[in-house]
Amino acid sequence: MKLRYFAWVRERIGKPEEEIDLPAGVATIAELVIWLSQRGEEYAHAFENPRVIRAAIDRAHVRSDAAISGAREIAFFPPMTGG
Amino acid sequence: MAATVRLQREPFDAASETEKLRRGRSDIGAVVTFTGICRGDEAGAPLLAMTLEHYPDMAEAEIARHVAAAERRWPLLGVAVVHRYGRLQPGEDIVLVVTAAAHRQDAFAAAEFLMDYLKTRAPFWKQIELAGGGRTDKIWVEAKRSDDALADRWTPSSGRRAAE
Repeated sequence: MKLRYFAWVRERIGKPEEEIDLPAGVATIAELVIWLSQRGEEYAHAFENPRVIRAAIDRAHVRSDAAISGAREIAFFPPMTGG
Repeated sequence: MAATVRLQREPFDAASETEKLRRGRSDIGAVVTFTGICRGDEAGAPLLAMTLEHYPDMAEAEIARHVAAAERRWPLLGVAVVHRYGRLQPGEDIVLVVTAAAHRQDAFAAAEFLMDYLKTRAPFWKQIELAGGGRTDKIWVEAKRSDDALADRWTPSSGRRAAE
């Protein structure tokens, strides 16, 4: 499963993307955020306020309760400022 | 319906994009063209430059979804959205939205709808460089609650940020 990070989420974690094996017992975006936060200080810093973190599964916006099984690519980013 | 969605680094030509939509058509009675421009200040502080990061694979798909939604809501005869990325300076164009319809109400409404959604759901993130003391920092621009409120106007229910 590929994870991608953008904007200050990427800066805090220190990389734009990585491959992970889906951990057992992690079923939703919210649970994945918690699992990632425990991987290291940089992840904890990136996800310290989960309420401002947005996610996309396979390039479409999802809510934090979305199921992640079967996802090929999950992206995490702050609220968008396009336009 | 002809729809163009494009991301690019280079400046765009609004007149040329509009002309492409109108060419050979006798059913279009209204064309609305919106251009978003990089201003020279952010919250009162003078800007040196703005850099737009984007999620390339998702941005085009997400904008195309918004265009399809606009087509379902209004009887549009053409839409073009061009969004730039990369480092821009004050005065440069950022985004173009062109809508064409038989009548002006549909063209105006669809253009506003598309811009409100571009501001909140298109995966771009702005960083600004403010001048000061010879040293420049890049600061991430925060999303505005007012932009979320504008986008919410178009949704009758409270189900914001649901997957579509």
